Amino acid sequence: MSDTSIPFRTRMSAGIDRFGGVMLLPVVLAFIAFVLIGQPSTWATLTIAGLAMGMMIFLMASGLSLIFGLMDVLNFGHSAFVTAGAFIGATVLAWLGFWVTGGNPALNLAGLLLAIAAATIFGALAGWFFERVVIKPVYQDHLRQILITVGALIVAEELILLIWGGAPIPVPRPAVLTGSIVFAGVSVEIYRIFAFLLGLVVYVAMYLVLNRTRLGLLIRAGVENREMVEALGFRIDRLFILVFMAGSALAAMGGAMWAGYQGLITAALGSEMMILVFIVVIIGGLGSIQGSLLGALLVGLMANYVAFLVPKMALASNMLLMMAILLWRPYGLLPAVKR
Amino acid sequence: MSAILRLEGVHTNIAQYQVLHGVSLDVPEGGVHVILGRNGAGKTTTLRTIMGLWKARLGTIQFRGQDIAQLGTPDIARLGIAFVPENMGIFGGLTVEENMRLATHDGSFDTERLARIHAIFPAIKQFWAKPAHALSGGQKQMLAVSRAIIEKRDLILIDEPTKGLAPSIIRNMIVAFREIAEETTILLVEQNFHFAKALGQTVAVIDDGRIVHRGSMTELVEDAGLQSRFLSLSLEAH
Repeated sequence: MSDTSIPFRTRMSAGIDRFGGVMLLPVVLAFIAFVLIGQPSTWATLTIAGLAMGMMIFLMASGLSLIFGLMDVLNFGHSAFVTAGAFIGATVLAWLGFWVTGGNPALNLAGLLLAIAAATIFGALAGWFFERVVIKPVYQDHLRQILITVGALIVAEELILLIWGGAPIPVPRPAVLTGSIVFAGVSVEIYRIFAFLLGLVVYVAMYLVLNRTRLGLLIRAGVENREMVEALGFRIDRLFILVFMAGSALAAMGGAMWAGYQGLITAALGSEMMILVFIVVIIGGLGSIQGSLLGALLVGLMANYVAFLVPKMALASNMLLMMAILLWRPYGLLPAVKR
Repeated sequence: MSAILRLEGVHTNIAQYQVLHGVSLDVPEGGVHVILGRNGAGKTTTLRTIMGLWKARLGTIQFRGQDIAQLGTPDIARLGIAFVPENMGIFGGLTVEENMRLATHDGSFDTERLARIHAIFPAIKQFWAKPAHALSGGQKQMLAVSRAIIEKRDLILIDEPTKGLAPSIIRNMIVAFREIAEETTILLVEQNFHFAKALGQTVAVIDDGRIVHRGSMTELVEDAGLQSRFLSLSLEAH
C-alpha cells in the first residue's frame, strides 16, 4: 500500500505515536506557553506550579477514574473524601503544633506524613462504609447512583460544617516546606516540589501494582469486562470494595495535600475541585491511571498558564481543553478499554 | 453415559421477558454436545443461566449432582466450568499472555499444557506478548478457547464460536475442538449446522425457550425429516 492511500489522519496519528504519542501533549502545551509568556523564569515558575497542581489533582482523580471504570459507578460523592481528607489533615497538623512549625526538619516531615496518613486511612475506612451502605444497593442503576451519591455528599458536607464550622480554617504548613528555593533565577515553592514528588511516588506505586501484580491484572481486566472476570472464577464484589477504598483514600490524600497548598480551607473545597477532577477523568479516559496522570498534568499546566496570560479564562480554558480532546478522542486520551 | 450436567424445568427471565420456559437437558460426560436453534430461541440464555450470569427463576441445574442454580458465577467457575461467550470476552487492553494468566488459579502456567495449546493454536504463541485488541477475530476466538483450557476443566460452555469466522479458520476450529474434547466435555451452542454436525455427539434443538428435540447427532444428520421439522429455520441460513 502506498503512503498516499493511508488516510491523512491515520498517518498523522502514527507520526505522533512514533514521537511519544499523546504523552507529548504536556510538552507541546508547555512549549506554546513558553512562546506566549516570553519570560523563561516566569514560565518555569508557572510550569512547576502547574505540575504540582496536576499531581495533586491526579491523586484526587485517579481513584475516581478506577471507580468509574471498574465499578461503572457514578460517584458524585467523591468530593466528600477530598474535603474530609483536607480537614483531617489540617486538624492533625494543628494538633501536632510544634512538630510541624518547629525548627526540626525531621519532625516537620514526620508531622506532615502523619497528617497525610491520617487523612488517607480515614478515606479508606470511610470509603469502605460508603461502598457498603450507599453504593452497594444501587449497582447497575445510574440514576439512583447520582441521586444517592449527591445526597450523601450533602450529608457529608453538613457533617463537616457541624464538626469544623463554616469559617475558613488555616492550615499550618510544615516549616521545612515553607518558602522557596531559587535555582537558575527561577523561584520555586518547596511545597510544590514536595507535592509533585509525592504524586510521582503514588503514580509509580499504582503503576507497579496495576502492571506487576495479579491484583492489578484483575483490576485492569475488571475495568474492561466485569462479567468475564467473574466467569473466570474471581469475586468482583471484593475487588469493588478494595478499589473503592483505594480511590477514596487517594481522594483524601489529595485533599490533605491540597489543604497544605491552599493554606486556608472551607467545606466547599472538595466540590470546587470536583470540576477539575471530572475534567481529568473524562479527558484521561475512564479507568486509566496513565490517562488520569496525563489529564491532570494538562489541566494543572493549562490552569496556571491561562491564569497568568488571561486570568478570566482560567476555568473556561480547561472546559475548552476537554471539549477539544473529546472531539478528537471521544473516549479520552488513554482509555483503559481498547475498542 | 452419565450426565455431567442436568437441567430440569429451567425458567429464566431477562427483565420482564421470560426467555426460557422450562428447559430440561442432560449433557453426557465427555465429547461435544450441541444446542442448536435459530436466533432468539434461548441458546445463549441457556448457557448464561448455567453459568449463573442470569439466574434461573425456577428449576434445577445440577453439575455432577450438585445444584448450582443459585450459586454465584465465580463459585460455578471454580467447580470446573469454563465459559467462552459469544463476544469471546477477551480483555483487549491486556496482552495475550495476561489474558491466559488470568485464567490460571495461581497465575502460573503448566508448561506442558501450554505447549500443547501452542501446538493447537500457533497464533497464541506468535502473539504471546501482543495486546489482545490487536488480534484478528479468528485469533481472538482461539485466545478465548485457549483461555478456557489453560487449566483442566470438567465442562466448557462455548457460545457460537464460528460466528463471523472464515471457513478455513472454522476447519481449524473443528480439529482443535476434537482434540480438546478428548479430555473434557464441551457444551456448544451453534447456528452453523455443518460445524455442529462435524463435532457433536448429541444434539438438543431449542425453540422459543423450550427443548423441542433431543437425540444423537447421527440421528439428526441422517434424518432429513427431523432436520426439516426442527431446523428448517436455522438451516436455511447456512
